[in-house]
Amino acid sequence: MTRNIILPVSREEVRKISAGDKILLTGIIYTARDAAHKRMIENKDNKGIDFPFEIEGSAIYFAGPAPAKPGRVIGSVGPTTSGRMDAHSPRLIKEGNLIMIGKGERNNTVVDAMVKYGAVYLAAPGGAGALMAQKVKSCKLCAYEDLGAEAVYELYVEEMPLIAVIDSAGRNLYDEVKKDL
Amino acid sequence: MREISSDIITETVRDLCIKANCVINDDIKNRLCESAAKETSETAREILGMLCENAEIAKSENVPICQDTGMAIIFIKIGQDVHVTGSFIEDAVNEGVRQGYTEGYLRKSVVADPILRGNTGDNTPAVIHYEIVKGDKIEITVAPKGFGSENMSKVFMLKPSDGIEGIKNAVIKTVCEAGSNPCPPIVIGIGIGGDFEKAAILAKKALLRETSSSSEIPHIKKLEEELLQLVNKTGIGAGGLGGDITAFGVNIETYPTHIAGMPLAVNISCHVTRHETAVI
Repeated sequence: MTRNIILPVSREEVRKISAGDKILLTGIIYTARDAAHKRMIENKDNKGIDFPFEIEGSAIYFAGPAPAKPGRVIGSVGPTTSGRMDAHSPRLIKEGNLIMIGKGERNNTVVDAMVKYGAVYLAAPGGAGALMAQKVKSCKLCAYEDLGAEAVYELYVEEMPLIAVIDSAGRNLYDEVKKDL
Repeated sequence: MREISSDIITETVRDLCIKANCVINDDIKNRLCESAAKETSETAREILGMLCENAEIAKSENVPICQDTGMAIIFIKIGQDVHVTGSFIEDAVNEGVRQGYTEGYLRKSVVADPILRGNTGDNTPAVIHYEIVKGDKIEITVAPKGFGSENMSKVFMLKPSDGIEGIKNAVIKTVCEAGSNPCPPIVIGIGIGGDFEKAAILAKKALLRETSSSSEIPHIKKLEEELLQLVNKTGIGAGGLGGDITAFGVNIETYPTHIAGMPLAVNISCHVTRHETAVI
């Protein structure tokens, strides 16, 4: 089924999302890749610096945009490979992160954390950066400007087309495809 | 001896970087559209439809097809009767990359040190492969390579006794492990023979061929066809969510090798497999 999800969203609402659902996501999401994940967690643990955005109920998009052309909101901004965030995602889920958006498989530790805390993993079509950019209506720097494309950006997206791949019950569409291999 | 100014090399590299990243080539475009029409999985068909739409937007707005505008992999064939005037050729090429990635609003994805990880800020340096050829021309191919797919590539030092079945098993294992990560439908470049690094360069070069092309060596052409069938049988499909079309093409390049070995390199590339060529 197709679900229109408007952020912020409750934990109960997220639990209703099933693997295979098509999602049209609207609201505020934050970009973060490996470097930003690492810094967020190190800052929190070693320096007592809080996360750069409200982590409770957050949606994180594993993406690093291309630069915006003059007059544009953002450059192409498709998903990056989520597996590189596997080392960090369980911690952020524990802290309250509810929705992860990326492409490609996640390891069992991530899926276990998702089940325990009720998070979901949504896939964006890999490589469709120009299409995704059209769904971004505003973009502002949130943190770590020195990381360039790997900085954290706050995006407001409208009807971003996604597919729920791993739901909060742990059902995993990628695994179902791979089971037959 | 023909003289070619290094400025022309810079301009050519700059233009190729922008074109390769923003305009999908006809070969891949045709593959995307025909796949969207014949795929039987509804989800995969929808993903392929989005990828076609994405390519149209990128072309009409002159923006990158994918935000990962890659590391610039550059193949340069230099005629032995050419003399490059002006600056050092390597500097001229990197200046072209610098200008292309800056003026084209392409993402800068290169770090100066693989361990310390500081971004160079202009996507230089490129990875440059030089080849001396006959004649008085310079042929430049820019193939921006994203690392979602590059990270899924492998080199196997197979033994002669592994035979053709060993090659097939290694390729299928690589494709299955890659799964959804390299943005399928993928293009697979394979190098067989030579030594460790020769196989890898052959695999990269194989990605520069059109997906519909075939090896001129009959038994290699047959292997390309068999591998494409096997890869599509995995059912990984577009986006890795299941489907009939996992790869657009399997291209194999070969080279003589040592009596004791059969090096195999499998270079995985995504559905936007980018390369543009110009001759000066």
